[in-house]
Amino acid sequence: MTRFVLKRLAGAVLVLLALSVLVYSLFYLAPGDPARLACGERCNPQQIAQVREQLGLNESMFTQYLHFLQGVFAGRDYSTGTAVVRCDAPCLGLSYQSDQQVTRLVLERLPATASLVVGALVVWLVVGVGTGLLSALRRGGPTERILTLLTLAGSGTPVFILGLLLLMAVCAYLQWLPFPSYVPFGENPEQWGWNLLLPWLTLGLFESAKYARLTRSATLETLAEDHIRTFRAYGVSERSVVTRHALRGAVPPVIAISAVDLGSMFGGAVLTESLFGIPGLGKTLIDGVKAIDLPVVVGVVMVTGTFVVLANVVADLLYAAADRRVVLT
Amino acid sequence: MTAPTDTTAPVAGIPASGAARQVWRRLRTRPSALVSAAVLLLLVLLALAAPLLAALEGQDANTYHDDLVDSARGGVPYGAFGGASADHWLGVEPGTGRDLFVRLLHGARISLLVAVGATAVQILIGVLVGLAAGLGGRWIDGVLGRVTDVLVALPMLVLAVALTAVVPRDFPRPLLLILVIGFLGWAGTSRLVRAQTLTLKSLDFVAASRLAGSGPWRTARRELLPSLAAPVITYAAILVPTNIVVEASLSFLGVGVTPPTPSWGQMLSTAQTWFRADPAYVLLPAGLLFVTVLAFTVLGDAVRTALDPREASRLRVGTRKESRRDSLKETSR
Amino acid sequence: MTPLVEVTDLTVEFARSGDPVRAVDGLSFTLDEGRALALVGESGSGKSTVAGALLGLHRGTGAKVGGTVRVGGIDVGTAGPGELRRLRGGVAAMVFQDPLSALDPYYAVGDQIAEVYRVHAGGSRRAARARAVEVLGRVGIADAARRSRSRPHEFSGGMRQRALLAMALACEPRLLVADEPTTALDVTVQAQILDLLHELRRETGTALLLVTHDVGVAAESVDEVLVMRAGRQIERGPVDGVLGAPAESYTRRLLAAVPRLDGPVRAPEDRSRKGEPLLEALDLRKEFGRGGKAVTAVEGASLAVHAGETLGVVGESGSGKTTLGRMLVRLLDPTSGRLRYGGTEIGALPERELRHRRRELQMVFQDPVASLNPRRSVGESIADPLRVAGERDETRIRARVRELLDRVGLDPDRYEAYPHEFSGGQRQRVGIARALAAEPRLIVCDEPVSALDVTTQAQVTALLAELQAELGLGLVFIAHDLAVVRQVSDRVAVMRAGRIVEQGTVTEVYGAPRDPYTRQLLAAVPSLDPLRAAERRERRQELAVA
Repeated sequence: MTRFVLKRLAGAVLVLLALSVLVYSLFYLAPGDPARLACGERCNPQQIAQVREQLGLNESMFTQYLHFLQGVFAGRDYSTGTAVVRCDAPCLGLSYQSDQQVTRLVLERLPATASLVVGALVVWLVVGVGTGLLSALRRGGPTERILTLLTLAGSGTPVFILGLLLLMAVCAYLQWLPFPSYVPFGENPEQWGWNLLLPWLTLGLFESAKYARLTRSATLETLAEDHIRTFRAYGVSERSVVTRHALRGAVPPVIAISAVDLGSMFGGAVLTESLFGIPGLGKTLIDGVKAIDLPVVVGVVMVTGTFVVLANVVADLLYAAADRRVVLT
Repeated sequence: MTAPTDTTAPVAGIPASGAARQVWRRLRTRPSALVSAAVLLLLVLLALAAPLLAALEGQDANTYHDDLVDSARGGVPYGAFGGASADHWLGVEPGTGRDLFVRLLHGARISLLVAVGATAVQILIGVLVGLAAGLGGRWIDGVLGRVTDVLVALPMLVLAVALTAVVPRDFPRPLLLILVIGFLGWAGTSRLVRAQTLTLKSLDFVAASRLAGSGPWRTARRELLPSLAAPVITYAAILVPTNIVVEASLSFLGVGVTPPTPSWGQMLSTAQTWFRADPAYVLLPAGLLFVTVLAFTVLGDAVRTALDPREASRLRVGTRKESRRDSLKETSR
Repeated sequence: MTPLVEVTDLTVEFARSGDPVRAVDGLSFTLDEGRALALVGESGSGKSTVAGALLGLHRGTGAKVGGTVRVGGIDVGTAGPGELRRLRGGVAAMVFQDPLSALDPYYAVGDQIAEVYRVHAGGSRRAARARAVEVLGRVGIADAARRSRSRPHEFSGGMRQRALLAMALACEPRLLVADEPTTALDVTVQAQILDLLHELRRETGTALLLVTHDVGVAAESVDEVLVMRAGRQIERGPVDGVLGAPAESYTRRLLAAVPRLDGPVRAPEDRSRKGEPLLEALDLRKEFGRGGKAVTAVEGASLAVHAGETLGVVGESGSGKTTLGRMLVRLLDPTSGRLRYGGTEIGALPERELRHRRRELQMVFQDPVASLNPRRSVGESIADPLRVAGERDETRIRARVRELLDRVGLDPDRYEAYPHEFSGGQRQRVGIARALAAEPRLIVCDEPVSALDVTTQAQVTALLAELQAELGLGLVFIAHDLAVVRQVSDRVAVMRAGRIVEQGTVTEVYGAPRDPYTRQLLAAVPSLDPLRAAERRERRQELAVA
């Protein structure tokens, strides 16, 4: 167990290093001059040269990458021409646009993403797993047909369409809620909740379709297994067979996939955040891309990668905990 | 030691010649699959005939009609249903007054072109990598496996968004989207192909082929490839709608095709500011996108069950966890 | 006294893609309290369907059930849900074939037994749990209180079958329905389970309905036998009567096909050690995995096969016999040791150099489904070795394939047919034809008949013997079934845990086994003679004590 975790964490570090090489080379070798981008439209060649010097872009690709790694593990210093800015580890660089430290930017934006994702998790666990279980229990009946139709429609709807329709219905047509705008939890917990209600529903319902299908198929698959026949042959009631034995088979995959999803969403639910104007990591990424602010883009991708890789380790552990037959190697 | 089974019942797996007929026979009995196929056929025809239909309507995609929108109300089209009229069958775009019918049709072209193109790239890379991993030695398998793991793990949309940032603006966007989605999304295919190859490789008929003196290439061509075709085709049918959504998502985020080229995602992005005043402008592209994705999904599902209902469950034994995760990976949120 | 089980004119029909299949056709029988009846038949005879019908397992599945089934006074066809649940487990308890899949992998074994117990006896969780531990102890699970907390995958196959028996016993049913209860087990474990079953019944007086394809298992366990074929009764009577002096020709054929430890052996002519051996293995060893996780599957295996001779390799599951077989034809590379074919060392030859010699060493596989490519016609599969050898002339290829099909007893016109159109026995014949196409001098047969019914089994072994005599082939016959091996081999090697523990002529090994494991194996083989069965049971107990 401990060995497995250590092994996987070591693997995770390797994967992240590989990712950083890839991302770094892609973004810094890309056509387009980072110095020009950093400096802005109105810079003259002299200023660009100065910026290039400051950013260390005159050095070799390899040295630049080493500096990047140094920043991540030990921190580094940046000179902004007049002063030296200390960027502590883990340093992901400075934003071209605001000269702000990317790490700090990420930390500032993380609570918004976390607020969105955790609420959505509750929605999909309740709605998704509930729907899946209900349609497995009522298999063959009209309830199942309706639920199957709904989940099929749900899985065919991109999240931004679902969000737009909800916005239209709830905010514009019914006018039950004002158009959401993000309020931090620390500022006003009640407003935080009301404003996030629609994003939670959007992201949660969108994911629910997937979890309903997963729960249903895993439950039905277990129902087809031989041990179910055993309990039927011993007079155990159908209800107990489904809820106690068949649903149990759906628990490991639901838990594991939830963990993986959470991990990748912590790196930003780009579409949902963008639609509802939630200042999370996804929004940061999009803003970074539009402003061609490379350090921010690289930073968010690396943070996302870290979350994803860690979430996968956690998912494996949870899966093994939920299904003791799995041997962790 | 298994119980004796000397039955004459047919076993899983269908001879190649009969497969197409069998699939067709099973599909025919599913109305949902037939309707989906019809919808998609119609859509493809409409997309192909877009210039023709535009000429028929007498409009084009990029002419502004300032006279059709109410500048006093911020550019909302005059008239009901987004300004639908005999001249503009589905109304006009708010703000600019461009013809919506033609723009939607051109949007379909982009959507289908990018999705199908990206799927082709994904399948090509995925099959090659999967075969190499499944047939190659431990070392090759290990390296390719790690690369695949990373790609499967990372959210495709985040990477795609990030990648679009570094490519020069003048690079043709549809081609860029095909390449970006294609190169980021092959991991699922390669895992499928690898798993299938490993399963097949362990079957006795492959051993028999070796004993007959066949070299690895002959064995792969004769014994493996024919059995791989069905699952790969099925997987491709599932990839297309995913790719449609990814393209629409990227355009929605403003990093997809560049204006004035029309795209559904981009329209929905602009529609965010118009949904109060001009609901038609949201509903039309949203409806089209929804129907297209749904039709592809339904058809893909039907093809999968029709090809071999037992295949999926048979191959899932032992790698259940993996396959579950893979099949559910590709979502854009 | 009314009988415990009363089946009258039972028919069961399954709807399969349009055509209904009649699995059971007008079957009637009774079983008295405390008695034991075996339903014996080959696959497709409908015997398992009858077992399911006793518990009403076909209700709600779409199967059409006709006639009446009464168990313990309950009319299974019309009983209400409550009564049906009382019947299932309370009156009649079922023991299924595959002990691994018959238990829920997610719950502790003791909890599953307790759950079933509470359904019928009610009471507290604690009491149910105590009862579970008690019955687990009763079926011979050592340290039952601790082991009851284990999940099924932590049990061995034999222990899982014991746990299933414990579940069946928990509610003190009047009838045990056992559907192939030992088919998935090794022969020594099978003997233990059958002995346990015997003992439990003697103690509790529970009646038994045993469903089995193995006449020997029936002979060991029951008072009466009902032979089934195609859903109908062929013959029914006391076990010694039916097995000793069968009245029906089908029963006679069935019994004649069953390989016996006391049946005839091959002609005693000395086929072996004539000149140079065809294939010789010296100290072969195979390891899987690396470093700390390495597992040795075969160790120090030495053997020789001469032309025209059959070497039997017998062992239980996990004994390494399949690994050894695959090394002999170089489908697996030996980790160490030498492998000499026709005087040349081939154990470490690189694949490229080996390829043109491969043809002479062929293999017939166990699973008739997996050994033929479902997407290629059987003719194409058989033609493969010819094409690889460079034959280009289509007419010649066709002619040769037809000849081969004919030789193995199949219709030569079925060149274009696909594997799924053949039965298991026919598929095995196709596999033999494919091996012959390469014109081999040695064929390794890996459990070639274990997936087949006994009558088919006999035909396939007869075919192999015929071909051997005709072509002077060397054969290696790998099987878990001691009686089959005895019937077909000249010499035998017994394997256990990767090693050959005993090797010699059939008369030596079967007549005067030297290794204790061989003796244990031989004592475990069920006998067709009910009287001898009891004798052997005592022998086993002696051996177990020793």
